[in-house]
Order: sequence, then C-alpha cells, then structure tokens
Amino acid sequence: MTKIYQDIKSTLSCVKNGHTLMVGGFGLIGAPLTLIDGLTKKDVVGLTIISNNLGEKGKGLGALLSQKKIKKAIGSYFTSNRDVGDAYQRGEIELELLPQGTLSESMRAGGAGIGGYYTKTGVGTELAKGKEEREINGIKYIFEPAIRADVALIRAWKADTLGNLVYYKTARNFNPLMATAADIVIAEVDEIVEPGELSPEEIVTPHLFVDHIIKAQKVLTKEGVIAYV
Amino acid sequence: MYKKNQIQELIAKRAAKELRGSCVVNLGIGIPTLVAKFIEDENVYFHTENGLLGVADVDENQIDPNLVNAGKLPVGETIGASFFNSAESFAMIRGGHVDVAILGVLQVDQSGQIANWAVPGKNIMGVGGAMDLLVGAKKVIVTTTHTSKDGKSKLLRKCHFPITSTRSVDMIITELAVFKVEDKTLNLIELMPGVKLEEVREKTEANFIVRIKEGAK
Repeated sequence: MTKIYQDIKSTLSCVKNGHTLMVGGFGLIGAPLTLIDGLTKKDVVGLTIISNNLGEKGKGLGALLSQKKIKKAIGSYFTSNRDVGDAYQRGEIELELLPQGTLSESMRAGGAGIGGYYTKTGVGTELAKGKEEREINGIKYIFEPAIRADVALIRAWKADTLGNLVYYKTARNFNPLMATAADIVIAEVDEIVEPGELSPEEIVTPHLFVDHIIKAQKVLTKEGVIAYV
Repeated sequence: MYKKNQIQELIAKRAAKELRGSCVVNLGIGIPTLVAKFIEDENVYFHTENGLLGVADVDENQIDPNLVNAGKLPVGETIGASFFNSAESFAMIRGGHVDVAILGVLQVDQSGQIANWAVPGKNIMGVGGAMDLLVGAKKVIVTTTHTSKDGKSKLLRKCHFPITSTRSVDMIITELAVFKVEDKTLNLIELMPGVKLEEVREKTEANFIVRIKEGAK
C-alpha cells in the first residue's frame, strides 16, 4: 500500500477534535507549512499542539491560533509570536512551557518506549514546581515524563516511496524526534524519490516511523513569506 | 555618549577576548550573537541549539531561509560543519560537551544567578535553551548593558524575575566593567576603556569586590 498521498484533505482525515498533534519546526523553519495550511481549512477544534513555538504572528501555527482551534500548546518559546501571550492573557489558550532540551528529550523518550527520565535542567526554578526531585550521585534532577501525540506533522527534504527521510540543514530540528513519537506520522517533503536513491548511510528517519508522505506545496523563501511551489 | 549599537559591539568585542584556542561556543540571542564577528581564531567552533555545529557568517546574497541560528537569523556553515536534531543538540549542551555559553540577561544578581526567560505579567514566555545551557555549559559568560532602558541597574542584589538556574554564571561583561563570579561573589576585575570606578558604583545595585589587576587596561 502506498504511503504517498496527493490530497491534503484526505491526508489530514486522521486528525480529530481534541487530538494532540506534534508539529515540526523551529518557528517557520522546518515547519510543515502545507499541512498546517491544510489544518486551517479543516473543521477541527480543541487541539493540543506540541511544537517549539506557535509559528509567527498569523503565519504557520500562528494562523491556527488565530482561528481558535488550539486549546493548549506545549513548547519552549512563545515570545516570538505576541498573539500567543495575548490569547493566554484572555484565557483562550492553556500553555505549558518546557526548556527546549526537555521538550526534545521528552519526545525522544516518548518515541523510544521510555516512560520518563531525570534531568538537571530547570532544577530550583519555577518550571520545576510540582515535579519530583531526586538526587543521583550528588546531583539534583527532576523527573520529566515522556510525551507522545496522536498525530505528528513533520517536514523533511526528501523521502523515498518507502518513507525513508532525509532533512535539510537546520530545517531538521524537532522533525526526526516527532517522527518517532506519534501514532500516525505524516511527512511533508520537497522531493519524492525511488528507493535506492537515498544512501542507507544518510537516511535519518528510517521508513518504519513514517505513515503518510505528501509533497510540499508551500515553502519558506528568503523573504520569509510562504510561497506556492 | 555611545549609541546603542556601539555599546553592544563594545561588549561583544570584550567577550570575544575570552574565547581562545580550540573550544565549542554557544551564542545566545542579541549581544552574544555579535561576538562571532570579533573572533579570528579558526579553532573556535560555534554551536547553535537548533541543530548546527560550525556556524559561519553569511553573505547577503547567499541567504538560505532554512539555515538559521537560534535567533532565527540567517547564517552560513563552516567546512566540517554538522547538522543534528534538537535532542542530540541538547545532549551536547546538557551533557557538558559545550565549553562556553554566552547569554543575554534581564537581570543578574550579586551571587551570579541570572533571570532571562520570564517577566511576570508580561507576554515574555520563552525559556528556549537558556536553562539547559546554564546546567550544561562548562563556562557561562553574560553579556548585557549595565542598566535597563529606564536607567536602572541590571546587576541587582537579588533577581526580581524568575531565575533561570540555581547555577551562578562565571563572568559578566557590560559596557562599564567586567566581573568575575567566584564563590557566589561578584569581583570587578576590569573597567572598560574610559570608565571610572565611581560610575560603576553609582550604576550598580549589586554588591561587588574591586579586584582590578595591576597593569590591566
């Protein structure tokens, strides 16, 4: 059965009301812009979004925020989109802030069948409040649970038709981690090639992690705008 | 009076003097980013937490929108650079593989603890990689203007904003002075060119010890 989808609407049919979604990207860099655009056209509410940021003002996940489709966001840096803070002050959105290293490691754990782990990041700060503290070899750590999602929407550079993925420069960021930590993984890619065209040595995400592939219709350009390919 | 960008460059230039020999350095957003342009030693490798070891300057005409630093500004890549995912990037940081982190702050207190991720009641809600860098980097240098926009000291007896880590930073560099933090105490080791000790005293709320080395400029 092919993993390649042509139609964005049918690709996103697995996304339901109240779902938890992981969405790749560091801001708009490496974000699945085509799939996010698809979500803005889909009738869906009450989403929990796990992503480093909520896009930029009105762009990427920022557009989804403006539509009030996001109930909760889990990420590390919401400052760059001022709409997030405004929505939070109005009580429209719940926010969970995690250090960036904890956010990514929690995904890694979630994808690797690990329930949680102890980290020294955040010990003694406001972000450690209510978290279990434990001393190991004289160093204080806090417990962080693994995180998983119903669906992961990720961005890669090239896929082969089996679903093996390679990434492009700093557009990699959280994408390979999210590919491991969701029940359904949808990868938006710039190019689809035949098996064998990607060197086994260079494949970052092996195909068993990937369920659907769709060709990107939107890209980030030098001007920072999202253009149709 | 210096202009804002001149002050920033003065601080960055002084911070660059701390980076010598083979080392891996992570630069934060703002003044820290400027440090890179004053480094001439090719054995200094820049790490950016969004997934690149080997950050280089980029020409205006070679900008790649998918090649950026942690401040989402376009950068280049050096020969021998590598890309990696965010968990691996933070394994490098948390795991103690990054030698120096240079960070900006909102406040720093007299024990060397910093606050740089949240302002209560304001829409500043971004921790990013700051907490990880503080627990993981071998050495942490703070670069900051000495006072905030309203002229108040950023070097305080105690931070009012939520702290980033219980760890004390190692050094604080402002446009007025350089402080070394030892045993949770600030030691003024250097005055910036043309600055008088009296001015530092006037503009600093934190207590500090004066230990200017003989012959230091």
